[in-house]
Amino acid sequence: MARDDVKTGYKYVGTRPNRPDGLDKVTGRARYGADFSLPGMLWAAVVRSPHAHARIVKIDASKALALEGVKAVVTRADLPTGLTGEDLNLQDNTLAGEKALYDGHAVAAVAATSQLLAQDAARLIEVTYEVLPHVTDVDAAMAPGAPVIRPGVADYSVPEGMHGNVARYMEFGHGDVEAGFAAADLVREHTYKTEATHQGYIEPHAAVGQLGEDGRGEMWVCTQGHWYIRRMSAAVLGIEAANLRVTPSEIGGGFGGKTTIFMEPLTLALSKKAGGRPVKLVMSRSEVLRATGPTASASMDVKIGMKKDGTITAGQVFFRMQGGAFPGMSPIGEALPCAFACYDIPALKHEAVEVIANRPKAAAYRAPGSPMAAFAVESMVDELCRELGLDPIEVRLKNGAKNGSKSSYGPVYNVIGLQETLEAAKAHPNYAIPLGPNQGRGVASGFWFNHGGETSVSLAVGEDGTATVMIGTPDIGGSRASIGLMVAETLGIPYEDVRVNVVETGALGVNEPTHGSRATFASGKAAVEAANQAIKEMCKRAAAEWEIDAEAVEWKDGAAHPAGPNAGKFPPMTIGEIGSKMGGSGGPISGHHEVTAGGYGASFGTHVVDVEVDPETGRTTVLRYLVVQDAGTAIHPAYVEGQYQGGAAQGIGWALNEEYVYGPDGRLQNPVFLDYRIPVASDLPMIDTVIVEVPNPGHPYGVRGVGETGITPPLPAIASAIAGATGARIRSLPCSPPKVLAAIKALKG
Amino acid sequence: MRYHTPTSFADAAAIAAGTTGTLRFLAGGTDVLVQMRAGMVQPDDLIDLKHIPGVDKIERTAEGGWRIGVAVPGIVLGGHAELVRDWPGVVEGMNLVGSTQVQGRATLAGNLCNGSPAADSVPGMVAAGAVATVTGPNGTREIPVENIPAGPGKTNLAKGEVISAITLPPRGKNGGDAYLRFIPRTEMDIAVVGCAVNLRLDGDKVVEARVALGAVAPTVLLSEACAKAIIGTTLDDAALAALAKAAEGEAKPISDKRGTKEFRIDVAGVLARRAAKIAYDRAKGTSK
Ligand SMILES: Cc1cc2nc3c(=O)[nH]c(=O)nc-3n(C[C@H](O)[C@H](O)[C@H](O)COP(=O)(O)OP(=O)(O)OC[C@H]3O[C@@H](n4cnc5c(N)ncnc54)[C@H](O)[C@@H]3O)c2cc1C
Repeated sequence: MARDDVKTGYKYVGTRPNRPDGLDKVTGRARYGADFSLPGMLWAAVVRSPHAHARIVKIDASKALALEGVKAVVTRADLPTGLTGEDLNLQDNTLAGEKALYDGHAVAAVAATSQLLAQDAARLIEVTYEVLPHVTDVDAAMAPGAPVIRPGVADYSVPEGMHGNVARYMEFGHGDVEAGFAAADLVREHTYKTEATHQGYIEPHAAVGQLGEDGRGEMWVCTQGHWYIRRMSAAVLGIEAANLRVTPSEIGGGFGGKTTIFMEPLTLALSKKAGGRPVKLVMSRSEVLRATGPTASASMDVKIGMKKDGTITAGQVFFRMQGGAFPGMSPIGEALPCAFACYDIPALKHEAVEVIANRPKAAAYRAPGSPMAAFAVESMVDELCRELGLDPIEVRLKNGAKNGSKSSYGPVYNVIGLQETLEAAKAHPNYAIPLGPNQGRGVASGFWFNHGGETSVSLAVGEDGTATVMIGTPDIGGSRASIGLMVAETLGIPYEDVRVNVVETGALGVNEPTHGSRATFASGKAAVEAANQAIKEMCKRAAAEWEIDAEAVEWKDGAAHPAGPNAGKFPPMTIGEIGSKMGGSGGPISGHHEVTAGGYGASFGTHVVDVEVDPETGRTTVLRYLVVQDAGTAIHPAYVEGQYQGGAAQGIGWALNEEYVYGPDGRLQNPVFLDYRIPVASDLPMIDTVIVEVPNPGHPYGVRGVGETGITPPLPAIASAIAGATGARIRSLPCSPPKVLAAIKALKG
Repeated sequence: MRYHTPTSFADAAAIAAGTTGTLRFLAGGTDVLVQMRAGMVQPDDLIDLKHIPGVDKIERTAEGGWRIGVAVPGIVLGGHAELVRDWPGVVEGMNLVGSTQVQGRATLAGNLCNGSPAADSVPGMVAAGAVATVTGPNGTREIPVENIPAGPGKTNLAKGEVISAITLPPRGKNGGDAYLRFIPRTEMDIAVVGCAVNLRLDGDKVVEARVALGAVAPTVLLSEACAKAIIGTTLDDAALAALAKAAEGEAKPISDKRGTKEFRIDVAGVLARRAAKIAYDRAKGTSK
């Protein structure tokens, strides 16, 4: 669909150069969180609760402190008091207060001269617990008789009479759902469940922190957002933000899980107690799984009515989501708006509650809330399609949101690409491949809002005509390359002449993390504005030399040109010439832009998956997988494809085998990758991708943000494909072999 | 922790006999080192067996079987063409262990002595009739492999005893073996159920069989009922059904994070059938 307000035919945007961090990463030169060290550095280890819920009666660190080389022990008594709200939650999660609230909750930390010594010392810290009744399942946490784990957790929104573990309630909707159901030919109602899953980033959390007696400190840390680390750590420790300088490392994945703090403030608290010596803390994989934030587990009631021709007449959902022992962490506020975001339905009712339970404090995970919601709603739509004998893509085309549709959650969609993804999926050869015995095909669409957020970017022109760009959003998926391409395009200089650096908190205004699929969108948009500002200044310098009006100078192909014959006859003045003379022509040339970026555009996607299920073991093999998604404009298509494939891979893991398994004692049973079953490379086929480009009018190059939508459709698509292969509908993830085999056997009777 | 590097099994046994705290032998270390790093075991004495001459060798025995040193890693077993020809089931079990990196270190003896009911090489060794040579303070004895594990993480080895070699019997004519495991993924996972079948044919008829089941009881099971179900048959559908039923009957699994009891019972039957077919075809020479 060609639009005249959208520019195409770019020189750099849309090409696939190597990423600037590529060589460092493949040679092992890149510095990740755990690679950082300082002279005189101490190592830390954390003592964690073995109980899901327990009162901390006593902590005795005397044996640990008696060890030669042990320099400091911190407990909650070392942290300031009087915090409230989310700051208190963060502090409570950093170190348990009166109670340990989940298996793995940090209770104390120790710093010593070596890692082994710190670990030995941690084992010598004796904690006396009084074990309390616990609950870990989302439905069990709301059942009558479930222990109320934090009395008074409910906020104003929770209606009278709900269980004491309910922290929040939400509802919204439009139209008359009862009339809608009455008008339908088929109405179905089911409950769907998803288990908590972890982001599974390769790099465990790691930080080196240093804090002196004067309250001034520094931290080097693996994070998605160092200003968030700064604000949260400062709040937990009672120091001023400006006194904490935070430098991000390269990042081995985050997926939302590194947008908050877990153990980071401990490095600073220990450092301060150890006389200001730097302290390093690296989590083990088991600590990551037990004590960092997975996503919420969910239990979701869905009711949808459909006519025989596939028209959806009404929909209704009630979601229960558990995000650990702290309120505010289960993504009901995202899950509800995402539930029907792909559809234009006359009557909808949404309700949800957030429930707390004795599990780790949840964090964001790629499109938080959207995959669960999609599992419930898209599975149900598929069930109705199968029962009515309708094609799932046709039904989505018929009911799907379009440009100008009022979204299920209120705002009107401006320019969106859902229909285009559905058409592309329908036309793709995968959709026509005949299926063999025990094989099934699943289709689902997905949505993510995307995000703008607080953004500050600077750009400086070099003496040789190159450009340095300073951004504050850590590069997880190739954003330095994409931002470099946009700046190269704007300045009209080669991609190789632009270096994009992720800089520390002292170098820019506050930046939100790389979250919400915003880095390429928001930092990119600000970088383009900063480049435009530098261009303006360079035109001014050329104008001064030519002794003409600055307005009579235009910028193209990396040089200032007289705007027309009337401006005078001067040879173009390149960025290199301007840069080499800038000291004498008015000083350094730079650009800067800061904004809470608006204009972000939603990204829709449609996935098609074929599976084969072994009818004797219930084991599912993914035969082929297709991701079609609207990127707006794919600045660097290879990294867009990478996001599509990565999202699909994580979604497939969530659908098939990943789950948090808690024992009756409330302890996590599988805190290792051996038993927390993320897909391995050989589990997946090459994931096919189609990039749909419906440019976002809110971005100078049409970017939408592509990171998150891709994890959303796999959950329902896989379950629907399994239903196609076996006749058995799995409404509770994961579709692990024991569950699928039991469902197949139940069908046979 | 004391780290020892004896150069004979007699020395290793003597050192082991003299220890009082927690003792571990170090073969490939793919269990021990991981357990140490995870804080699960803190050995007081660690006896490295890799300095003992001959531990890296695979040799033909006088009878025509194979004597395998206790430090021979999986990748070397897999690369030994003659051994693979004789005992493809044993080798495929060992080669399922871990990844390429783990294969470069992991050993049969370590897999056996780690005592996991889900150990992938053990059903194959048990079905093959493998024998462990055990050196102790009082000399050497031979123990059938199935009698080594005593339960999860435990063996029947006495204090001071160390396995000094594993011997596979001569393959003989018209024999075949196979091992299959069930995992939800394709690799890097622990067997939810494992099954090895070793059989010999006379014409089309099964005349000898040994069937071992893994991960369905505290130790790997050598099932006579399963063997009986196929001996004397041509492994026709009725025999396969009887085998599956026998395997289901023998399995005494628990439900845990890796799978439910019901599932393990069902899959034990499925794998027994499938492994028997592969072993049969190998015995016939119709497949490798
Ligand atoms: C990533 C990974 C994946 C894995 N995947 C699998 C898998 O798929 N299937 C599987 O079965 N296992 C798996 N394992 C476990 C392990 O690799 C195997 O059990 C391996 O065979 C152990 O052999 P090793 O030589 O490394 O033993 P070591 O770690 O050296 O020793 C293991 C135990 O055996 C004892 N021991 C060793 N040698 C002797 C001896 N000669 N006499 C007496 N006792 C001895 C030691 O004291 C120790 O208790 C995996 C491990 C890792 C790290």
